[in-house]
Amino acid sequence: MRHTLSILVENRTGVLSRVAGLFSRRGYNIESLSVSTTDKKEISRMTIVVEGDQKTIEQVTKQLHKLIEVIKIYNITGEEFVERGLAMFRVIPTPENRAELMQVVDIFRGHILDFSPTSMIVEITGGEKKILAFEEALKPFGIAEVVRTGEIAMVRGGKSKNAKGENND
Amino acid sequence: MLLNGGDAVVEVLKREGVDTIFGYPGGVALPLYDSLYESGIRHILTRHEQGAAHAADGYARASGKVGVCLSTSGPGATNLITGIATANMDSVPMVAITCQVTSNLLGKDSFQEADVYGITTPISKHNFMVKDPRYLPDILSKAFYIAKSGRPGPVVVDIPKDIFLTKIEIDDIPHLPLKGYKPVKEGNIADIDNVIEALAKAKRPLLFIGGGVVISDTSEVMAELLKKTKLPVITSMLGLPAIDHKYENFYGMVGMHGTYTANMAISNCDLLLAMGVRFDDRVTGDIEKFAKQTEIAHFDIDPSEIGKIISVDYSVLADLGWSLPKFTEKAVVGDIGEWQQQLADWHKDHPLKYNKKEATLMPQEVIEQVSGVMADNAIVVTDVGQHQMWAAQYCCTRTPRGFLSSGGLGTMGYGLPAAIGAQIACPDKEVWLFVGDGGIMMNCQELATAAELNLPIKIFVINNHGLGMVRQWQRMFFQGHYSASKHYAGTDFAAIAWAMGVQSLTVKKKCGLKHALEDAKDSSEPFLVDVWVDDDENVLPMVAPGASLNEMSE
Repeated sequence: MRHTLSILVENRTGVLSRVAGLFSRRGYNIESLSVSTTDKKEISRMTIVVEGDQKTIEQVTKQLHKLIEVIKIYNITGEEFVERGLAMFRVIPTPENRAELMQVVDIFRGHILDFSPTSMIVEITGGEKKILAFEEALKPFGIAEVVRTGEIAMVRGGKSKNAKGENND
Repeated sequence: MLLNGGDAVVEVLKREGVDTIFGYPGGVALPLYDSLYESGIRHILTRHEQGAAHAADGYARASGKVGVCLSTSGPGATNLITGIATANMDSVPMVAITCQVTSNLLGKDSFQEADVYGITTPISKHNFMVKDPRYLPDILSKAFYIAKSGRPGPVVVDIPKDIFLTKIEIDDIPHLPLKGYKPVKEGNIADIDNVIEALAKAKRPLLFIGGGVVISDTSEVMAELLKKTKLPVITSMLGLPAIDHKYENFYGMVGMHGTYTANMAISNCDLLLAMGVRFDDRVTGDIEKFAKQTEIAHFDIDPSEIGKIISVDYSVLADLGWSLPKFTEKAVVGDIGEWQQQLADWHKDHPLKYNKKEATLMPQEVIEQVSGVMADNAIVVTDVGQHQMWAAQYCCTRTPRGFLSSGGLGTMGYGLPAAIGAQIACPDKEVWLFVGDGGIMMNCQELATAAELNLPIKIFVINNHGLGMVRQWQRMFFQGHYSASKHYAGTDFAAIAWAMGVQSLTVKKKCGLKHALEDAKDSSEPFLVDVWVDDDENVLPMVAPGASLNEMSE
């Protein structure tokens, strides 16, 4: 099962390698990882999507907690949450199907970022499934390159998973 | 107070109560060594950085205090690695200070540069690299706090050379936040009550204790618990010194080379009280068949240990210093007479045994005899291999911090430097070291350190002319192919010792042992006895790797 962990860490050099090293060392698979600062500059948030059964995730969480710089871990998998990732595709349409490609982009509410006589760069934001569906739809046109971010996630409603670790509800 | 960085390190060490450190100088460490000069802190110069790390480890295990080791950058720091990893596996409180190249040379493959922060991340409890000199005093004192609090472990502090030369304020200092570090101390009383209830109902309860009891200094409470309940006890290797071996219901060590009774007990009990253990694979054997019939209660300070290897029915997440007295107070045992009888019968029918020979000394015999002349509060140190297992089986240790051995990492070369650290921590106690003819060579340079400091360590080289444990496995599992496991050189260990200023004897026949024991016991300086033993003896009983605990060869 896919689990989404939202982790608050001290914003210091080396923290990312510590977390990534823990996953590789203990044999856990990271599906995606994204990291950035929060509204407090001394704290960063990592959103990690990891595949594993309940027991594995429990160990992942406990091992992460052992890292001194990990402040708080939220496993938001069981909650209602929105997740978003961003992907860019370099597509090689022919003059004949270029219009059709633009329609596909439109259907998925993507954007065209670059347009040249031989290629186009299109962008999409969305959850894992939407991005994969978009990729499938682009395949017939010929994908030359894909760049994707890790996913970020936020729980719906008024509950915030903030730095103090308190829910504001 | 404004000090230069080197003096600031010395000042923080003093404030942390450090009076002895183990180290080896070098290029970028020189400013710090200048600060150490006539500082009042005793610096033990080992002959290799690995020796410094293991000595700090032995010092910490024997005293319960944080051991400190120090090295220069690059090769000096990488030589500490094995010692740091050893301490990490066995939860030994240690602070390793590594000096680093000057800040402006970092990342440029400079002379004697190594990414110590990167290398030590996976093998330490935590590590720091000091980048801003203002944070040096806080980082160093936090290193001590992290090393000794919660589940102890080694903390590495990497300090670039220029920081030693910078003026630093050490009293009114900025603090590095540690929001995420909340070491476990007190647990949940209801969790203890649940175990108490289970214990009262249990017909075949068994207490399984590990190194956590030693680390938490709860041996005395444990003794009370045993006195009150008469519970049968087995231990892991690092748990061996936690209880008095004369206790009538003590059945020895469990696991690969555990006693028949201990392994059968764990395979037949109905409530396993596991305290301060981590269910290492050398203890459990085949995990699919381990203790399947029993309920398990796990007492530990580290949340990640609960359920890491086996699922448990009850857990008490707390410092044993908190939970064990509370448990002891309320613990009541039901009628377990039948179970006690069963254990006593197994013990009687399947004792540890070996066959003596006419002229050749058996290794177990040597260890038994050495054990017989030790003082009651002696500290026993081992290296790694067959002799280590025989020491665990045949050498009765008598004090909680009286058996030092590399358990988790199984580090050959650990013994001699660890014995040096232990003797420095406890100058009034006898320190006896058992080491193989393989292991002694891995850090034999430290004989010079022991000689220089005139430490009266009693060193027994259990010499079977090769790598005994390797040969045992080759004999049992690789059709007797002794691939790279015999020593043909006939190295004269007594001569090596003599050359380094250590008194020595070689014992090749049974008749020589008694005399050597007396000399070693009476010696006021280091004394090495090279004892030639039977080359082909196996450590038994044995559970083959991956087999179940009740499938033992005796």
